[in-house]
Amino acid sequence: MSNLPAIANKPGAVEAAAAGSDFVTMTVADQLFGIPVLTVQDVLGPQRITRVPLAPPEVAGALNLRGRIVTAIDVRRRLGLPKREGTAAGMNVVVDFKGELYALMVDNVGEVLSLSADAYERNPATLDPRWRDVSAGIYRLKGKLLVVLEVARLLDLKVKRGAEAA
Amino acid sequence: MDDLLRDFLTETNENLGMLDTELVKLEQNPNDPGLVSSIFRMMHTIKGTCGFLGLPRLEKVAHAGENLLDKIRDKELVADTTAVSLILESIDRIKSLLSVLEQTEAEPEGDDADLIQRLNDFAAGKGAAAPAAATPVPLQALASTPAEPEPDEHGFVPVPAHKTAAVADAIAAEKGGATQAAPVPVPVAAAPAPVPAPPVPASAAKPPVAAASAPPPAKAETAESAIAASSIRVNVDVLENLMTMVSELVLTRNQLLQILRSQKDSEFAAPLQRLNHVTSELQEGVMKTRMQPIGNAWSKLPRLIRDLSHELGKKIDLLMHGQETELDRQVLELIKDPLTHLVRNCADHGLEPPDERRAAGKPETGKVILNAFHEGGHIIIEIKDDGRGLNIDRIKQKAVQNGVATEAEIAAMSDQQAAQFIFAAGFSTAAQVTSVSGRGVGMDVVRTNIEKIGGTVELKFQRGKGTAFVIKIPLTLAIVSALIVECSGERFAIPQISVLELVRAHGNSETTVERVNDAPFLRLRNRLLPLVSLHDTLRLGETRTMDDDKSFIVVTQVGNYTFGIMVDRVFDTEEIVVKPVAPILRDIPMFSGNTILGDGSVIMILDPNGIAASSGASAATMSEAQADHAATEVARSEGERVALLVFRAGGQAPKAVPLSLIARLEETDAAQIEYSDGKPVLQYRGKLMPLVTIDPSYGIRSEGRQPILVFADRNRNMGLLVDEIVDIVEERLSIEMNNARPGMVGSAIISGKATDVIDTAHYLAQAFGDWFGKSDQPFGAQSQARRLLLVDDSPFFRNLLQPILQVAGYDVTTADTAAQALTLCESGREFDVIVSDIEMPGMSGFDFAETLRRTEKFRETPILALSSHTHPADIDRARRVGFTDFIPKLDREGLLASLSELGGRSAAE
Repeated sequence: MSNLPAIANKPGAVEAAAAGSDFVTMTVADQLFGIPVLTVQDVLGPQRITRVPLAPPEVAGALNLRGRIVTAIDVRRRLGLPKREGTAAGMNVVVDFKGELYALMVDNVGEVLSLSADAYERNPATLDPRWRDVSAGIYRLKGKLLVVLEVARLLDLKVKRGAEAA
Repeated sequence: MDDLLRDFLTETNENLGMLDTELVKLEQNPNDPGLVSSIFRMMHTIKGTCGFLGLPRLEKVAHAGENLLDKIRDKELVADTTAVSLILESIDRIKSLLSVLEQTEAEPEGDDADLIQRLNDFAAGKGAAAPAAATPVPLQALASTPAEPEPDEHGFVPVPAHKTAAVADAIAAEKGGATQAAPVPVPVAAAPAPVPAPPVPASAAKPPVAAASAPPPAKAETAESAIAASSIRVNVDVLENLMTMVSELVLTRNQLLQILRSQKDSEFAAPLQRLNHVTSELQEGVMKTRMQPIGNAWSKLPRLIRDLSHELGKKIDLLMHGQETELDRQVLELIKDPLTHLVRNCADHGLEPPDERRAAGKPETGKVILNAFHEGGHIIIEIKDDGRGLNIDRIKQKAVQNGVATEAEIAAMSDQQAAQFIFAAGFSTAAQVTSVSGRGVGMDVVRTNIEKIGGTVELKFQRGKGTAFVIKIPLTLAIVSALIVECSGERFAIPQISVLELVRAHGNSETTVERVNDAPFLRLRNRLLPLVSLHDTLRLGETRTMDDDKSFIVVTQVGNYTFGIMVDRVFDTEEIVVKPVAPILRDIPMFSGNTILGDGSVIMILDPNGIAASSGASAATMSEAQADHAATEVARSEGERVALLVFRAGGQAPKAVPLSLIARLEETDAAQIEYSDGKPVLQYRGKLMPLVTIDPSYGIRSEGRQPILVFADRNRNMGLLVDEIVDIVEERLSIEMNNARPGMVGSAIISGKATDVIDTAHYLAQAFGDWFGKSDQPFGAQSQARRLLLVDDSPFFRNLLQPILQVAGYDVTTADTAAQALTLCESGREFDVIVSDIEMPGMSGFDFAETLRRTEKFRETPILALSSHTHPADIDRARRVGFTDFIPKLDREGLLASLSELGGRSAAE
């Protein structure tokens, strides 16, 4: 709960996460993540991605989704995780943020889970600042934990160091 | 009916409709400043348009109304019922005039002195006594003041009827919220059948009453609907939307075609072809709805110029060419203001008053010339005047004052460079600001607006000759043509508008990428072109897959700054729809957008401005008039920084030569130097290259390494043997002219040392006797040189000018006396231009020109006079005997400028 100030300006996300709803689940480096299903536009298989030189390292590039240009975000990099090993192709979860489309590149996309508010926990203080920064809380599932990704903060590449200061 | 008039009627009727509503609102909220301003603006627009169309009666009424509104806007008067009624009355008067205008295409006879008088009286405060002021509530006001406006001489009171209408509208609007409905009945009703001329006010007053009981006259209705039928006003957003959809369709079509290409014998082939055609036609059609002749943007200019000429006491002719050139309305809208500003500037700052013009030997009437034409998918608009040119000294002074540049920087700048300051933000040479120009919109805004739409603006001027702005803008913003290039495996699009040409670098030819301290350069037609490696700029990975020597170089222009972008491959051009990049990528200045190509892949669109800026080209260097290729020549040495190669040959004193004259630097084993016919030669690239020495006494080494400066032209090379290459420096070259040794142009201080600047022409002549003699072979291989005859008795000046002219692209023949020149001319030699000294032994330049002018062949040939005597009497005489221009002898820059003006486009460009 230590990062309340950091999230305070975006209260909606945490409340929404805490309220419990339907989440699209995905895995990155064996960790389960969830995004509110209503923010997800599309789930895509591996795509041809155009690199954007000089872009922040978290930006993997741009791709074409039915005539719209989608900016691909490498979630692993965003979370400070190492590059994925092996050649298995990743998946893209396309989200709409302020009218722009972004593809979150993840290892795998799971199912849609309906989660109840009882299982919700705020971010534990021990969570890595990088993660805490983009997490809107945690759900206790049977056998594993689901981290709710807060898309707005995930896409705000400038705040990625902000949590450390908090 | 005239298109202009038709548009005016449609627009004005619309505006009037809105005015009615707004006025009523105003009456209810007399203190709403936004409302007052908006009403004022509308009235102002009507007045302005009437004035332009030459409708004095309408203009006067609108003017009086505007006056009153102005007072209200300035809070000198309260927008009470009387005021609003008066304004409404003037609006009705305008409407009635308009209806006549619509039917007869002419203003009705008569005048509106009474109404104007009342409007003016009220505006002057005389009307304040009217009883209306008592009651602010409209309905009550109406009821209690039936006789409130003084009846005019026709003895009728027009106001109440309108008031009822207006108030009824207001009430309707209040109650039903149906604001739009309110104005409609009024304009229709106000368009009655032919109005009997003198008592116009009467008929203007009646229709609204009629409107309540009977339908308006049928004739008026048909007239109005006829206009409505031939043109409809469509919200721009609708068109924009349509355009976006079509753009998407075009992209999808491109994608489909791409797929089709890979699938032979597809059953989709035929329908796709059809789709292709329909899409193209649709695109064209939609584009057409947005296309308007540029004349529309110019239509206000004749009036503007007319007014300016009165206001400024100047005689101005406005010449417009290419009004019919069409361009996208969005673009048109965006350039309207910059254009007006530039024209105003030309008339105000550019042109001199008549007496000054007379003194300068120009016709009293100055010219402002507008020219628009298509050129390779762009529109070029030139705005020229034949005035005094820019006041460079003032600009420089101002630049220092504003802290844009330091004194030292200024001192090092050429006039053309300094002129670029006028585009700097907040840069106004305040002393020159008149009521006409300098009213808020600065040249920086002009430039920003033009660049915003992907255009460029270039400034050229000549002291005493005039100023020219050249605007280059894309035809449309929605779909642009882009060059697709590849670098390190990534593809990028470069907007075609900024691409000047493509050059393929070869390791073994003239076009070699050379480096100075790792910065790459390319020699391009006697110019050193700075190169930017796309690979490095975009940091496309560690290893470069391609050798620099095999690069393609995209020669790109940003403002006046020309540079080359090195890429690995060049594909073709493609029509692309520019889409903005995602917000998280917006701070990368290298990209102006992105798009989807026909094959479905996303591609980034490069922004040449960003690349130029990141490559170290600061605003100052970008403004360097590099477009002016001669800038690097000795000819432009005064004030211009030129790259010089400093070397030593024959003695310790350093010598220098402009780097741009050198083709290559070579070093060879001295033993390889051979002799042919007693002269040193070197086998070089499969040919024999003559070698020359700095002076005859120079001893050629027989062993060791021998550095050679290679000069090249017309597939021939010449090597100059030197002891040592010292450095390449960029210096402001100011040559002391007194050094007249053969082979030397003069001495200059370079890097703090006295340095001899060598005269390349001397050595070229030494190597090839016919180097300059062949008039049949064009200089510079690619371009057609203009043939120039140089007549001067002083060998020093001939030798000085010859290489300068040569380098500027002229095929120079020299004559040391006028008599010899005449013989040359009479012998059948052709010359495009003749440059002659005035003071010569034997036949003087005056006599020479006079004689030439009498011959059939040289009657029209431009002849330039060169003289150290620039007494006005001499200049006068020169003009009388037929000289085209008169140039002070040491003004090499002036000579070149004058020549290039005569030639329009000099051959070397």
